[in-house]
Amino acid sequence: MGKCDALIIGGSAGSLDVLLKVLPLLRPDLSFPIVIVIHRKHGTDSLLPELLSGRTRLIVKEIDEKEPVLAGRVYIAPSDYHTLIEQDHTFSLDYSEKINYSRPAIDATFQTAAEVYREKLVCLLLSGSNADGVNGLKSVNGWGGIAVIQDPATAQVAYMPEQAAIHAKIDYTLGIEDMAEFINLLS
Amino acid sequence: MNLELPTITDGQVEILLADLLEHYGYDFTGYSKASIKRRILRLYSLDKALSFAEFLYRINNDTFYFKRFVEQITVNVTEMFRDPVFFKTLRDVVLPKLGTYPFIRIWLAGCSTGEEAYSISIILKELNLLHKSLVYATDLNPIVLEKASQGMFAMSQMKQYSENYILSGGINDFSSYYTANYSLAKFNDELKSKLIFSTHNLVSDHSFNEFQLILCRNVLIYFDRDLQHKVLRLFDDSLEGLGYLALGTKETLDFSPISPNYKRIPAEKIWRKVI
Repeated sequence: MGKCDALIIGGSAGSLDVLLKVLPLLRPDLSFPIVIVIHRKHGTDSLLPELLSGRTRLIVKEIDEKEPVLAGRVYIAPSDYHTLIEQDHTFSLDYSEKINYSRPAIDATFQTAAEVYREKLVCLLLSGSNADGVNGLKSVNGWGGIAVIQDPATAQVAYMPEQAAIHAKIDYTLGIEDMAEFINLLS
Repeated sequence: MNLELPTITDGQVEILLADLLEHYGYDFTGYSKASIKRRILRLYSLDKALSFAEFLYRINNDTFYFKRFVEQITVNVTEMFRDPVFFKTLRDVVLPKLGTYPFIRIWLAGCSTGEEAYSISIILKELNLLHKSLVYATDLNPIVLEKASQGMFAMSQMKQYSENYILSGGINDFSSYYTANYSLAKFNDELKSKLIFSTHNLVSDHSFNEFQLILCRNVLIYFDRDLQHKVLRLFDDSLEGLGYLALGTKETLDFSPISPNYKRIPAEKIWRKVI
């Protein structure tokens, strides 16, 4: 398997359970960053980074704007902003219109990352009830990155990975129990 | 359905930004690249440009289209009492402090279509400070200011705004501040009596007054670090001692050279100038 410079994971309804199962099994010395973009309701301070950091030895943090994207960390997209990745490998946040009724939109992060990391990008789309992330995976296809989906048969809500399978070229379809090994082998 | 996404190269974006600066004096070169590129691409596909050359020619030669361009690539998403906890701190902590002054001057930089300006007016009125306040609400984009000065917002938003208002510590019936006019809610004239809407470009314009409170929320995220520092210096030059500077939820003063002069209100993105 080729070298991976970044892994972006997108998901919506039913994706949190997957993350809680997969994160504990990841190597603590991953040679690339993981960026997690999960739809959730905009509220006060999000508990997601705290919840996830209890499940892994990797450093988990919510993204700050202009922060450099560093290997071996798990970054959580803040609620109510789009997370973009810049050519200089820093994060930008953007409060523009919702995309697919979502902010953060998985598409925005997949698309900007696709152009930055090109064939060394891996994007994984999990369970969810809308089609956010599908256009993003098409961009990943276009820039030579690797598109991966959760096996819809294992998804609490199959619509999102199903749509991806229909509209984008999918390189790997993974069951939940195969994800950690797949990610560890990218390192 | 195979929706092929159009692409514009980074080099083309640079050409476009250089042309805007040369022809119109609008400087977007310090903007975050990924964000502005997405905005440009969005307009490019929205207007079904035939080619980048045609798109560029139109921006350079059609001033009407240029106005549309500026309106569309700047982000004008905003709401009333967005982040209610922030407005609660304004109401409970910041404005009562400023209320001891004989006169309160506030600068709302990047006010877009005015939702925050009217939110601030409402709080000032409820604190009985509106009569001695002046709010300068500025934006680089004249089209949104035109809309802001009308004080009319979509009726469909009022339920959400009313909820935000209550969460921010509002004490009245929110609907008493506007009259419903078909699909629009027209806010009472009293609320705009102390609002001054005017164009100001944070990138190229200078300080124009001294203020006790400057609010600039979710504008700096679109700027690169250098431009952020420059704009924060402009705010520092425009803020009185013991004045307050309020930024967006994900923005910070931490990396700026002016930060030693400021003390943060715990848990809020509000800093007080202590020198």
